[in-house]
Amino acid sequence: MNTSTPATGYAAIRSRVESSLNRRKAQETRFRLIGMTAVAIALGLVALLFATIVSKGLPAFWEATFELDVNFDKELVQIGPKPVREPTETPAAFQKRMLAWQTDLGFVDFNELLVQALAKHLPDAAKHPRDALRLITTGERFALRDMVMNDPGVVGQTRRLKLLADANVDVWLKGNIDRSLPDAQQQLSARTRAWADELKSKGVIQNRFSTALSMNPDSRSSLASAGLAGAFMGSLMMMIIVILLAVPIGVASAIYLEEFAPKNRWTDLIEVNINNLAAVPSIVFGLLGAAVFILWFKLPLSAPLVGGLVLTLMTLPTVIIATRSTLKAIPPSIREAALGVGASKVQSITDHVLPLALPGILTATIIGVAQALGETAPLLLIGMSAFVTTIPSTPLEQSTALPVAIYLWQGNELRNFFEARTSAAIMVLLALMLTLNSLAIWLRKRFETRW
Amino acid sequence: MNNLGVVLVMLVLAALAYQIGLARSRRAAVSVDGHAMRMHSRPHYHGWLAVLRAAVPAFGVFVLWRLFGEQVIQNLVLGAMPAGAVPEDSMQQRVLLQRLGNLASGFGLTGEVSAVERAAAAHMAQLQSLGRMIVAALMGTAATLGLFWSWRTTTAQTRARNKVERAVQTGLILCSAVAIFTTVGIVLSMLGEALRFFQFISPADFFLGTVWNPRFDTSGQGVQSGFGMLPLLSGTLLVAAIAMAVALPLGLMTAIYMAEYASHRTRNVAKPVIEVLAGIPTIVYGFFALVIMGPFLSGLGAALGLEIRATSALTAGVVMGIMIIPFISSLSDDIITQVPKSMRDGSLALGGTKSETVVKVVLPAALPGIVGAVLLAVSRAIGETMIVVLAAGNAPVLTANPFEAVSTVTVTIVNQLTGDQDFASPQSLVAFALGLTLFVMTLILNVVALVVVRRYREQYE
Repeated sequence: MNTSTPATGYAAIRSRVESSLNRRKAQETRFRLIGMTAVAIALGLVALLFATIVSKGLPAFWEATFELDVNFDKELVQIGPKPVREPTETPAAFQKRMLAWQTDLGFVDFNELLVQALAKHLPDAAKHPRDALRLITTGERFALRDMVMNDPGVVGQTRRLKLLADANVDVWLKGNIDRSLPDAQQQLSARTRAWADELKSKGVIQNRFSTALSMNPDSRSSLASAGLAGAFMGSLMMMIIVILLAVPIGVASAIYLEEFAPKNRWTDLIEVNINNLAAVPSIVFGLLGAAVFILWFKLPLSAPLVGGLVLTLMTLPTVIIATRSTLKAIPPSIREAALGVGASKVQSITDHVLPLALPGILTATIIGVAQALGETAPLLLIGMSAFVTTIPSTPLEQSTALPVAIYLWQGNELRNFFEARTSAAIMVLLALMLTLNSLAIWLRKRFETRW
Repeated sequence: MNNLGVVLVMLVLAALAYQIGLARSRRAAVSVDGHAMRMHSRPHYHGWLAVLRAAVPAFGVFVLWRLFGEQVIQNLVLGAMPAGAVPEDSMQQRVLLQRLGNLASGFGLTGEVSAVERAAAAHMAQLQSLGRMIVAALMGTAATLGLFWSWRTTTAQTRARNKVERAVQTGLILCSAVAIFTTVGIVLSMLGEALRFFQFISPADFFLGTVWNPRFDTSGQGVQSGFGMLPLLSGTLLVAAIAMAVALPLGLMTAIYMAEYASHRTRNVAKPVIEVLAGIPTIVYGFFALVIMGPFLSGLGAALGLEIRATSALTAGVVMGIMIIPFISSLSDDIITQVPKSMRDGSLALGGTKSETVVKVVLPAALPGIVGAVLLAVSRAIGETMIVVLAAGNAPVLTANPFEAVSTVTVTIVNQLTGDQDFASPQSLVAFALGLTLFVMTLILNVVALVVVRRYREQYE
C-alpha cells in the first residue's frame, strides 16, 4: 500500500523532528535570554540608583569655606564679664542674670566683625556690607557669638577661622547654576558673585570637607550649615527604644508561640494576626500612634518616645516571624535530649534552645532595626515632620528622624543646593542600612548551622 | 531620687532577695535531726521565687506612683489653695503648676511671688517628700512581706521550679498578647475616629462620592462636602496596577532565571544584590522618582510626542514597581524551588526542554503560591506612601490616564494629618476613615494571600 520506502519516511520524520527541535531550542534560548535580561535590568536598577545618589550626593560633603582672620575687636564686642553663680543666689535668679548677659551679647554686631575680616581681602567690602555679608552663611555670626559666650577671653584677639560660605555662593562656585542667567534670576548680586570668584582665585575660599552636615542640627535661615545631627540623634533614640522593647517582647512571644502554645484556634488566630500585621501598611501604624499615643494618652507631638513606640509596634511582627523561623530550624532532638535527662520544658529552652538560636535572634533584631530606621510615613503622622533646629537630649523633646529629614530637605526651595544635600543625607542613611544588612548577612553566614 | 537610681537600688535589693531565698532553701534542705533531705527544686529556683515575690509588688507600687503620683499631688495642692487663687483656664493652671514646681524644687522664681503661691509651693514640697516616703515605705513593706512569705513557706517540698516556670510562661503569654492588642488597637482607634467622621459626612457620600475637595467651610452654614473617596481609590489602583505591570514580569522572570538557570555563583552574587533593593527606604525611592525617573519619563514622552508630567501616576508606578521587584522575585523564587524535583525530572525525561518544563510544569504547579505572592505585593503597593507622596503629583481627580498627576489614599492621609489642624474637624478625621478603608483592603488581600500560600505549602509537604 505504502509506496514510500522506509528510508524516505525516516528522512521526513527526521527533518520534521529536526525543524521542531530547532524551533524549540530557539525558544529555549529566547526564554533564557529574557530571564537574563530581567536579572540584568534588576541589577542595573540597583546600580543606577546607587550611582545617581552617590554622584549627586558626594560633592555635598565638600562645601565652599572661607579661611579668614577674624579680629574680635574690643570696641565692637563690648560686654561685661560672664556671670558666675554666687552661693546665696537661687538657680532661677542666676539663670535670669545669665540670660541678661546673653541678651547683651546678642546685641553685639558680629556682622561687622565679618565685614572687617572680609575687608582685608576685599577693600570695597566696607562700602557694600550687605553684598559682603551675602558671601558668608548667616549661621556663622552665631558661631562667633557662641565662641565669645563659651570663652569671653577671646575678645580682643584675632583668630583664624574656617567659615562656611553662603549656600548660594556654594552653588555659584560649584557651577550648579547657569552662570549666563540674567541678574534678575540670580540669587546673588553681581558684586557678590564677582567677589566670590575673586576670593576663590585668591584661595581665601576653598572647597573643604565640611563637618556641618554631620555635626549641626537643621537650620532654615543658614542653609549652608544645616546638618543632620538632630535627625541622627532622634533616629538613634528611636532605635534604642525599638531594641529595648521590640526585641524582648518579640522574642518572648516567638518562644511562646513556637514552644509552648497548644495548637488550637486561639493560637491560629494569633499566628494569622501576626502575619497580617507584618503586611499592614506602615502608615496605618502612624494612624494608630496618632490616635492612641497623641489623642488619648496626650503624649507630646514630634517626640522620639512616641516615634519609638510606633516603630516598635511596626517591627514587632518582623522580629517575631524571624525569631520563630530560627526556633523552628533547631531540631527537636536537642529539646528531646534535654527533656530526656530530666530538664523541664523551660530549662530545655533557656539552657539549650535559646543559646543555639542566639545568632538568629540577633539577625532578626538587626533586620527589624533596619526596617524601623528607614521608615518615614508613620513618623509624619505623629508630627515628626516639624522643623526642629535643636539636638534633642531626652526622648520627650521635639525631634525629627533621618528619613524625615530627607523628606523635609527634598522639599526645600533652594533646589540646586538641596538636591545634593538630600542625596548626601540619603548616602548617610543608606550607609547605615547597608551596614546593618550586611552585618545581618554576615552573622547568618558565620553562625549558620545545618542540622 | 531619679528613675535610674531607683532601678539600681531595686536591682541590688533583688540580688539580696535572691541570696536570701537561696540561703533559706539550703536550710530547708537539712531536716530537724540534721539529715539531708531531698529537695523538690534546686536552690536557685528558690532564689528566683523570692525575687519574684519581693520585686513584682514593689515594682507595681513604683509604676503606679510614676503614673499617677504627680497628678494626685497637683490636684491636692490646687484643692488646698484658696478658692480665688486657682485660675479656671487649664492653660493658666498649667503655668501656675509650673511656677509652684520650680519653687518647690528649690530652683526658685524671679519676679513677684505671692504669699499664696509660696504657701502652696511649701505644701507641694511637703506632699512630694511625704509621697516619696510613703512610696518608699510601701515598696519596702511589699518587698519585705513577699520575702517573709517566701521565708515562711519554703520547705524541701516547695515546688519552687514549677512556680517560677509558671511566672515565666505568664510573661511569655503577655508578650504574645501585645500583637493582638496592636490589631485591636488599630481597629478600635480607627473605627472610633472614623465613626466620628461619619457624623459629619454620610458613608454614602464618602464611599461613592466622585469629588475630593475637602475645604474648610467658609459659607458658615456648616455644610461639608467634597469628601468623595473614589478619585483617591482610582488613583491608588492606577498606581498599583502600573507598579504590578513593571514588577510582575521582571520579578517573575528574575525568579525563574535564578531558580532554574543561574549557576551557583551567579545566584550567590545576584540574589543579595537584588535583595538590597528591598532594604532601601521608600523615601529614597521617592527621591529617585522625583529627581531621576520623573524627568526621564517626561523627556521620553516628549521624544515620543506624548505629554507626560514629571510627577504622574506613571512615574510613581514605575518606581514602585522597581521597589516591588525583589519582593516578588524572592517570594516566587522560594515557591519555585519548593516544586518537587520529581515533577521537573518527569517533564525532562519526556523530552521537554527546560523552558517547556518551566512554562508547562513548574509554573502551573507553583501558580497558587505565585498568586499569593502577587496579592501580597499588591497589598504593599496599595499601602505604599512615600513614593506617591513625592512623585504622584497629588491631584485628586478621577482619571485613568497614567500620564496625569493623581492622588492616592495614603497621600491624602498624610496631607490631612500633617499641618496645624484640629483633630476634631472632619478634615482631620477623614484620615482615619481612609486609614480604615486601607486597612480593610490590605487585610482582605493579606488573608487571602496567606490562605492561598498555606494551602500551597501543605500540598507539597
